[in-house]
Amino acid sequence: MNSLWSLTLATLVKDIRLEWRSKDALNAMLFFSLQVVVIFVFSFDPLAEESRHIVGGLVWIAFLFAAVVALNQTWAREMRNQVLDAYRVSPAPANALFLAKALGNFLFVVVLQALMVPLFVVFYNLRALGPAWQLIPVAVLGTWALVVNGTFFAAMSLRTRSREIMLPLLLFPISIPAVIAMVAGTTAILTGESSAHFYIVLLLTYDVVFTTACLGLFGTILHAE
Amino acid sequence: MTDAEIPRTQPLVVVSGLIKQFGRFAALRGVSAEFDAGRFHAILGDNGAGKTTLLRALAGLSQPTQGTISIFGKSPLAACRDIGYMAHPSLLYDEMSGMENLRYFARLYGISGDARCEEAIRSVALDPELTRGVGQYSQGMRQRMSLARAILHDPTVLLLDEPFSNVDVNSAREMVHLLKDMRDAGKTIFVVTHQAMLLEGVADEFIWMQAGEIVDRTASAQRAPNEPKAAL
Amino acid sequence: MKRLFPILSILTVVLLAYALYEALVVAPADALQGDVYRIIYYHVPSAWTAFLLFFINFVASIQYLAQAKRSENAAKWIVIVIGVLGVVATFLPPVQHLLPTGMRPSAVGTTVLLIPVFYFLIGKLFTGEKLDVLAITSAEVGVVFCTIVLVTGPLWARPVWGIWWAPGDIRLTSTLVLWLIYVSYLVLRRFSNSAQTQMLAAALAVFGALDVPLVYFSIWFFRTQHPQPVIGGGGSMDPRMLHVLLISWIAFLCFAFLVCWSRFRLELLQREVEQAHAMESMVGAGTTSSKPSLPLSRSSR
Repeated sequence: MNSLWSLTLATLVKDIRLEWRSKDALNAMLFFSLQVVVIFVFSFDPLAEESRHIVGGLVWIAFLFAAVVALNQTWAREMRNQVLDAYRVSPAPANALFLAKALGNFLFVVVLQALMVPLFVVFYNLRALGPAWQLIPVAVLGTWALVVNGTFFAAMSLRTRSREIMLPLLLFPISIPAVIAMVAGTTAILTGESSAHFYIVLLLTYDVVFTTACLGLFGTILHAE
Repeated sequence: MTDAEIPRTQPLVVVSGLIKQFGRFAALRGVSAEFDAGRFHAILGDNGAGKTTLLRALAGLSQPTQGTISIFGKSPLAACRDIGYMAHPSLLYDEMSGMENLRYFARLYGISGDARCEEAIRSVALDPELTRGVGQYSQGMRQRMSLARAILHDPTVLLLDEPFSNVDVNSAREMVHLLKDMRDAGKTIFVVTHQAMLLEGVADEFIWMQAGEIVDRTASAQRAPNEPKAAL
Repeated sequence: MKRLFPILSILTVVLLAYALYEALVVAPADALQGDVYRIIYYHVPSAWTAFLLFFINFVASIQYLAQAKRSENAAKWIVIVIGVLGVVATFLPPVQHLLPTGMRPSAVGTTVLLIPVFYFLIGKLFTGEKLDVLAITSAEVGVVFCTIVLVTGPLWARPVWGIWWAPGDIRLTSTLVLWLIYVSYLVLRRFSNSAQTQMLAAALAVFGALDVPLVYFSIWFFRTQHPQPVIGGGGSMDPRMLHVLLISWIAFLCFAFLVCWSRFRLELLQREVEQAHAMESMVGAGTTSSKPSLPLSRSSR
């Protein structure tokens, strides 16, 4: 167990270092996220009375788009020089690689969210009428739900044609319960009209179930030719 | 079991009835062979003969449709600590330096500290102090660094797929020299290559493949194309 | 076997015709909806058939994975435990409280019990490659029936309730998600270049199966917060209508069985042709060892 976590950490640090050096994905992603927010602002009138009810949905759709673009490049560096083969022939456990990539994606998406949320707050004059602190578990659990399955399906799509479209195609249907919970939970907190408790529990269940499934099956996916 | 203890008479790698099917195409059609320890085998043949498929199967990267492979009496994946693999792509991260790359891959094998990494880099006649990214190396340097990665964990069996393609003559000679030393130290080496003459006098055996099968095994790279099949 | 197919086909045609007659003529008109409700005799049996087929796909996928990863014993025990726990749990009050209204505990218990039953049944009848062929067959035919459900649903809803779709309708929305999951499964199968496509698809099927209860609960809770019209209505049914519904379902099952059988044979033959191609080239090369045989040999099934 010790080696699993130390290897995960080593891989995560390596990925962060590589991303920091090239900054190719990060810069493009930040700018893309900005554009997504702007388009939403122009499409859905921020001054409308109903905006508080739909902002939950808007925000998470924006996060979903950003997450998919981020997830699509999860394995890009490993594919470039067939580095994945080096990993496959080594005795290192597959799950260390998976966790490192999932955590890396999680951090990446959180950075993007940190950029997009203030913009949404500003443009839509957001103020939570319910308990605002509950937004944190919703955001954390919801983001992990997208990222854990996204990383898994990104690895699956490596062996397919039309790689970039395969990922969202596989990810979206499976993520529907999580998306419902994220959106409904966020809306409940923002409007203060109901409790988000159930949705937080649902997200937690979703995360536990699918993290287990991913850890159980990633080895199979990694070693598929 | 150290290299010195492996008796030279006992076959180390045993392949039996190996078939690899990709849809309608059979890349390997029933390959059966035994390979002794501590010998340098060159695998030759035309494109599409199945050389790379065989090597990848030995490395555990490709699951055979049928048949077995045994290395040290284990399956390739179980024997991964004793196998070093290298292919034409560098299997390295372009943005990291040689040392940084090797430090990371050393972690995968449970090796900590820089000593082994530096040793591996020096043995391929490269400088551990180089800080530029591997992506900026010449092809020859990159291949040598890739070899360093493959030998980092001191494997007993080396599997190299076209290590000399597009590589300058000096780099190629360095690599052949290093491989010869490693064979003399008791390692078992398999090299897939189109450049048989590079290994003339160095390799112990030349294995000729055609259409998914081993058709001949000779001691020299000189072989008339229509020579009758020798007894295997 | 070969004679059975035409006999069964004729039987199925007769059954379908009979079911149609029963549905359109014999069944009484609904008190509230009049004759429009008769689409239920296509809508509901299609749904049950689709769910059954997806369930078969799920079980076949799990067995395929268990077999490939050599953990058949572990899988067997897990499945038995799930079956026992599931049945026991439905008798416990806290669990019954959690179930959405309209779902009888005995129905849930029976469904959970079916998991080990199907697991052992399918394991006995299908082995190795044939599990994967069963998986793709049931997925494809399941998607067809699921499409019928999703088309007949709105067609029914519009004239009766004035809306094409209600986002909170738990059954229709769950069916939509299931359809999406299995379409993505079929796309993965088609687009994959991997030599291990079958494993990847089996993994996706497992993910889909894990997802379904979560979908159900998320929509259920959403609906309790935002009451929505329930398409199709709940509650009990006139026994004469139930009778026709069951006849219709049997006819659909026969039809589904025929289609699956054909598709299964087709897939099996396609794979045998591929292997024959590969084998042929091997024979030509003239190896010293005896001609090797591939896992899926010419079997009578």
